[in-house]
Amino acid sequence: MAYSSSTASFPEEVLEHVFSFLSSDKDRNAVSLVCKSWYEIERWCRRRIFVGNCYAVNPRIVIRRFPEVRSVELKGKPHFADFNLVPDGWGGYVYPWIAAMAGAYPWLEEIRLKRMVVTDETLELISKSFKNFKVLILSSCEGFSTDGLASIAANCRNLRELDLRESEVEDLSGHWLSHFPDTCTSLVSLNIACLGSEVSFSALERLVARSPNLRTLRLNRAVPLEKLPILLRRAPQLVELGTGAYSAEIRPDVFSNLAEAFSVCKQLKGLSGFWDLVSAYLPAMYSVCSKLTSLNLSYTTVQSPDLIKLVGHCHSLKCLWVLDYIEDAGLDILARSCKDLQELRVFPSDPFGAEANVSLTERGLVSVSEGCPKLQSVLYFCRRMSNAALVTIARNRPNFICFRLCIIEPRAPDYLTLEPLDTGFGAIVEHCRELRRLSLSGLLTDRVFEYIGTHAKKLEMLSLAFAGDSDLGLNHVLSGCESLRKLEIRDCPFGDKALLANAAKLETMRSLWMSSCSVSFGACKLLAQKMPRLNVEVIDEGGPPDSRPENSPVEKLYIYRTVAGPRFDMPAFVWTMDEDADLRYS
Amino acid sequence: MGSKTATFIENDLATELRLGLPGTDDEQEKQSSEVKNNKRSSSEIDNNSSHDQDSAPPPPKAQVVGWPPVRSYRKNVLQQNKSSTESSDVSGGGMYLKVSMDGAPYLRKIDLKVYKSYRELLKALETMFKCTIGVYSEREGYNGSDYAPTYEDKDGDWMLVGDVPWDMFITSCRRLRIMKGSEAKGLACL
Repeated sequence: MAYSSSTASFPEEVLEHVFSFLSSDKDRNAVSLVCKSWYEIERWCRRRIFVGNCYAVNPRIVIRRFPEVRSVELKGKPHFADFNLVPDGWGGYVYPWIAAMAGAYPWLEEIRLKRMVVTDETLELISKSFKNFKVLILSSCEGFSTDGLASIAANCRNLRELDLRESEVEDLSGHWLSHFPDTCTSLVSLNIACLGSEVSFSALERLVARSPNLRTLRLNRAVPLEKLPILLRRAPQLVELGTGAYSAEIRPDVFSNLAEAFSVCKQLKGLSGFWDLVSAYLPAMYSVCSKLTSLNLSYTTVQSPDLIKLVGHCHSLKCLWVLDYIEDAGLDILARSCKDLQELRVFPSDPFGAEANVSLTERGLVSVSEGCPKLQSVLYFCRRMSNAALVTIARNRPNFICFRLCIIEPRAPDYLTLEPLDTGFGAIVEHCRELRRLSLSGLLTDRVFEYIGTHAKKLEMLSLAFAGDSDLGLNHVLSGCESLRKLEIRDCPFGDKALLANAAKLETMRSLWMSSCSVSFGACKLLAQKMPRLNVEVIDEGGPPDSRPENSPVEKLYIYRTVAGPRFDMPAFVWTMDEDADLRYS
Repeated sequence: MGSKTATFIENDLATELRLGLPGTDDEQEKQSSEVKNNKRSSSEIDNNSSHDQDSAPPPPKAQVVGWPPVRSYRKNVLQQNKSSTESSDVSGGGMYLKVSMDGAPYLRKIDLKVYKSYRELLKALETMFKCTIGVYSEREGYNGSDYAPTYEDKDGDWMLVGDVPWDMFITSCRRLRIMKGSEAKGLACL
């Protein structure tokens, strides 16, 4: 009995229905590789696409393969752009994508962008092209102004989410918010925390009042504390709140009004904001503390005793972002009080100061690693570390998924033994088998990379700075880390040999960034020749790299795999290689 | 907190030198309602971020671009935060406010923390702007004098200086404007 070879055993509709339960890209990609008909069926019913590097593919290719997309997520600049290492004008423009999708996806509902350049023109195009547009999330984006926001507010009739997460917005005025029509009642999430200008409070109040589904509201600093209760009373169903400035003249009536308003918000799980804190007003929040799962105090300079009190009340906390004002003592209390803690980020309050301004050391991190059994993600800035502490931390918490340690002084050794911190980080990768993201700092030799290459088999993203001795280090990482997708390196003595020896590896990764290393232009050219499916971009603001000797190191190097070929929007300081090495063009 | 007088003079000189629009440089604006969102700060601003801070702590070492890895967004907020926290912190720090006077070509800045009462403040304003403000009365305001001092409070409303207790005034005052007597009559009548 032979089955027909060309028709599927299930009708298409059934397969499509089955596929509709697959949400992860990985699963859908796997499904589309089974056979041609599954590929066809799957591509017609994929609704959501994620492009981790906007230059890895182009809109035309995406649209051709997936004609019925409703949700698009794109990422632009490399991560180190966050730290001013990518010069302005490098790229990451979203307009070509929007222009292409405006025609191809009239029913597009969601756009999520990270580190991309968005213009007012783009925002206007979005607002007018997609009739059922619902979600706009702009994370660390730039290039637009409040005028663009006004278009979105005015034209997107079914807008559910507008989230400007830490974007750089040219703030012309707060008037844009008033462009939301009275008929707009669909808002679920609004995050304007990054905006400086004051928006019309009455417009904001009316907007909140007519949005019964509003769950997330992150205000900007200009919204005064005295007015917060008004908004809370209009939206007692809020789950996440970002306050404006958390300061006011100390008045009992303001306090009681605020405390009462908080007590009405029975669903509140997440809090952020707290600029300009006046600690006397912290107790007004105590009624919501026990249910809080997420708390972001990283923009507020809160003195330690009040902070400890607050954290001590938050027994359900899963995620805490805080400045190092919390100090070791505060972290001790955190370790005792918050047994559900999963993510901790401690940022430096004085990153450029020559000396420690607070008493926050490795002890705080050890304490939390001991006391919080569910802790899996850490970002920790401190000024000293020891191998012993790292080993203890690793043993305490083998369940780390993300471990990012930043010892503020570059190449700082173990402060007790003055040795490199190889052993400590080695312990981390050895014990934490599920580690997916790692950032190293301090004094490190090639040995730590040997440990990483040997043990960090699930590592997907690695960030290095001022580390290593030679190409051996880079070679260990590139040859050993099987799951590596993103590697970013600055100021390490890594050069041509390791890069060229592991050229094939680069096609299995999303991207590699190297700045202030020892890679020569000659090696870049060779790499580009060998690997046609990589874009090898040399970012060098000092002029054409081939006007210098071929073995002089390039300033910055960004290599990424792509099916789209070389890009056409490169600025003058980005140099790519042509097969004809004599040609240089931007 | 370093020499208050020194920073006061520094700030005063800074405003005297700038006849253009205030806030066009990276000088911190204390208690300012327009929190400026700077464009992505260049490495120059990284290196200069120390010069606005107090002279008391030792000068930071030469800064490496992008190290420590703190995002520009966070750096900006920290800097802005430092300035306004200092001003609302009772224990120290200056509380610099802009003062404008109708008819004057440029604005001035004063440190409210330096004064302990309305009388001291008004005297200082009279000296700074070479005008007479006169005496406050609850009923008449500053009627009879050439100028009346007004201030913008946290709600954005313009109020007559003197109505509320001094302590309440200094926490709610965001900027000062010395109005011509004829215009100010309206305020006093309310």
